[in-house]
This record gives sequence, C-alpha cells and structure tokens, in this order.
Amino acid sequence: MNSYLEANARERLAAVLDAGSFYEFLPPALKIVSPHLAQLDSPVSFDDGAAIGQGRLFGESVYVAAQEGGFMGGAVGEVHGAKLTGLLLRAVRERPFAVVLLLESGGVRLHEANAGLIAVSEVMRALLEVRAAGIPVIVLIGGSNGCFGGMGIVARCANAIVMSEEGRLAMSGPEVIETANGVEEFDSRDRALVWRTTGGKHRYLLGDCQMLVADDSAAFRQAAFDLAQECHANAGGIGLTLAVLEAEQQLLQDRIDSFGQAADPLDIWTRLGVADGARLPMLEAEAFVAATAALRRGA
Amino acid sequence: MSKSVDWKTLAATLFPDGHTVVEQDDFLTGTAQVGGDTVTVIGTAGHAAIGVEIALLQAQAILATVRDHPQRSIVILIDTQGQRLRHRDEMLGINSYMAQLAKCIDLARRRQHKIVGLVYDQALSGGFITSGLMADGCYALPEATIRVMGLAAMARITKVSEARLTELAKSNPVFAPGAVNYLQMGGVEAIWHADLAQQLVQALNQANPQDLRSAAGLQRGGRGQAWTVTQAVIDHAGPP
Repeated sequence: MNSYLEANARERLAAVLDAGSFYEFLPPALKIVSPHLAQLDSPVSFDDGAAIGQGRLFGESVYVAAQEGGFMGGAVGEVHGAKLTGLLLRAVRERPFAVVLLLESGGVRLHEANAGLIAVSEVMRALLEVRAAGIPVIVLIGGSNGCFGGMGIVARCANAIVMSEEGRLAMSGPEVIETANGVEEFDSRDRALVWRTTGGKHRYLLGDCQMLVADDSAAFRQAAFDLAQECHANAGGIGLTLAVLEAEQQLLQDRIDSFGQAADPLDIWTRLGVADGARLPMLEAEAFVAATAALRRGA
Repeated sequence: MSKSVDWKTLAATLFPDGHTVVEQDDFLTGTAQVGGDTVTVIGTAGHAAIGVEIALLQAQAILATVRDHPQRSIVILIDTQGQRLRHRDEMLGINSYMAQLAKCIDLARRRQHKIVGLVYDQALSGGFITSGLMADGCYALPEATIRVMGLAAMARITKVSEARLTELAKSNPVFAPGAVNYLQMGGVEAIWHADLAQQLVQALNQANPQDLRSAAGLQRGGRGQAWTVTQAVIDHAGPP
C-alpha cells in the first residue's frame, strides 16, 4: 500500500493519476508567490501551497488540484485561491471528464485573511460553474491537516467526497472551539473524540462523504474514477437542481431531528443501528464499510 | 464599538413601501416591496452565530422562493459573528449545512433570481462566505464590521506585532477588518451612505450573475494578484 496520508501534494497527484500523466499549470519554476507573506517576514512557497494541472485517470482527461499541507497547513491565500479558481474556470472551457480536488487545508490563511476569505467564495462559485457545465467534481480527503473552515464548505459543494478514516472534514477546528467555549465543550486533546466527531467514518455514516477507503493512494484513485463514472451515468444530477437540493435539505433536516440531541457521535452510530459502535474505530476500511453501508444515511 | 442599526430600523428604511419581515431566534424572513416588485428577504440579526438550524432555515426560505416564486429577487440581510463554535454543530456536520445555504443561493442565481446581500452590522468568516459573498452583489453600511479576525488575534497567530500590522494595514487591505477594505478587494460592491431604499432598487437592477470580484479588486487596487493569477491559469499553455 502507498500511504496517501504520508505523501505530499505532488506525490498524491502522481499516485492518483495515470503514471506520468500530470501536467502542471503555473509550476513552481514560475515562482508565483503570495504578495503578502514577505511583509510579515513569513516564508513563501513557489507554488503558494497548491499544485494544479491536468492529467489522465484510467485514460480519461481530468483536471486536478492538490493542496500542500506542508505549507501553512494548506491554507488559502490570494494566490492559492486564484490558482484553484483558475483551474475550475479553465475546466469549464476545456470540459474534461471530471475535476478531482485533493483537499488538505485549515481554511482561510490568516496572514492574508480578507483576501483568503473572498478567494474561498470565488472557489465555491467557480466549482458550481463546473458542475453547471455538466462536469463532475470529486473531492479526496486523507491528509493529516484535514479539510476545515472554508474548504470544508467547498468540499460539500462538490458532487462527491472520498475520505480515508484518517481524513477529517469539518468547519471549525477543535482547538478553536475549545478556545472559544472551554475544554468542557470540546477537548481538543481527546484524540478519540476529535476522530469520532470529524473523521472519515463518522462522515460516511452521516452521508457527508460517499466513499470510505483505506489510506492507500490506489484506493483513492479507484474511488475517484468510480464516482466520476457514477456521476456521468446520471448526468442530469451533476449540476445543482431543485430536486437535488430539496433532497439534501431533507437529509440535513432529518439529521437534526434524529441526532440533534446526541451528546457524542457514538450515540448517533447506535441510533443508526450499528451493533457495537465502540468497535467501529478498530475496523479496517473494508470491514467497516461492509458492516455499515446498509445503515448509513444518504446511501 | 460600532453605532449599528437594528434590523427593524433597517427594514423600515430599506423597504419604505412595506415589508412583512419578522425575526425569530435571530433568523429574519419575509417579503418586501421594492421598486414595485415583491422580493424575498432572509437574513440574520443579533450578531447571530450560524449554527446548523439557522443555516438550514435560510436555505429553506430560498428553496421555497425558487419553487414557488420563479425569478423573484432575494435580499439577504447580514449580521453574523460567524459559524457557531460548538461540538454539536461539528458533530452534525455544520460545513454541510453552510454549503447547503451556499448551493441554494447558487441555484437561485442560475434560475434567474437576482440576489443582493447587505451587511448592516457584522459579517465574519463562515457566516459571510455562505451569504453575502454568494450573492450577485454584496453591499455594506459604513458602520459594518467585516472580518475574519481582528488585528490582535492576527498578531498572536502571525507573531507580527499588532503595531506593525496596524501600520501595514494602512496600505494593504488584506490585513485589517472593515467594509472599505472589502470594497477595495472587490468583496463588497459599494458602501451605502444614504438613500438605502434607492440604492437597493439600483443594486437589484444592476445585479450581475457573473463573478467579477477579482477584476474589481484589481481595478480598485485592493487585490493585485487574484485576477492576474486566475487568468494566467486559464491562459497557461497546454501540454505539448
């Protein structure tokens, strides 16, 4: 197995795409860096933490972006965000088979906060343009920084999400919540609680991600292709429709009605009918999916 | 801090021809008469923390408008302290609820509803990207506070002194809070100083479904790279 978690952004792209097929737009050699970080004596990166380009996935043409968690946690600044937006708008013009986003981000880069915030909203709108053009957008989440803040919202604007159990998807980080409302509210050092609340397995059970895979780049690769094919098989559902959003509205309302009183994700798993919820964290991805696929929401 | 207006005073000023907007648990909903047409009004009040419920209520109101009132314009009134910082919201997947609100606004736009946002008090991070920043055009009152975080918090995170950040903020709008900074960067289309009702009519008439904010940021000198880099990606040579 080739760990997705331990790979960096370009290694992930190389492993997810057909061998040798990645072609980068605005590569690091062009040294397009953040115009704001130097003023803060903060180091820059020649790709501003995002690798974007095109490649092939099982022979199909795809557009891809990968956020580099090793640079400022994959946070979105002005240039980083513009690279993502540019890739998405180019996809609208070039019409690849799919767009695959390898997200790993703490959200808006606080060093250039205002520009990062606007940039995330531009990414959201550009992503929805891609969907409106009939091109599916698939998100992969399995990096150590998770997918948080504005990028957690971006992820849920896509057609489908693939996660590993090590992947995390949420809005505010546990540390932020603990700082705001105390350790009783969310103990950020309780790793098991953090995992249960934001990890891939919980998201899969709630219906926020469509596939749960092992921490293996080949598994992410296969899942991305399978989901893109599924989207094309139901092409009318690639863009937003009233019916799709009404169904989503119902799913989200049901979630509050069913689980709004739960104190811990374990309570939710039990209410879903999982026989031995406490055992779930121990299961390998394949065994976990086998045990829960019929019980999860949004299936 | 700011001499902000409450939503009732705002609604009376903004909709002199009448409105039915009501508030319940910080959620604003109703209709108003603007320029001879009925518009849907949604929004938040009381510096609302956006939790799963209030995000979903706003999404519901937009879906109902799309379903029952084709092409009716939508006005979003914004006063939020950002997303609610609770374990329960994260457990329930609050990012999905906020994304749902954003997607509903986007669907409305694609079905020819004009959408205008107005920050009348506070707008922060997650509460803003899924409301005002998803509108065709977002506007602000002069007293509005728009930010991700204040300079003191930014100083702690970046380890750059607050005094230095304050100095930098004078020439670079990315650092400091404020409606004017967002105007320069293209995130806010204009700041309304007077004649709010007339400004709203005009904003709805001018509403443009195209996202032109990075070009505006470049033109206004507040965001030099966003448009340039976006275009460079689009124009980058393909593989040989």
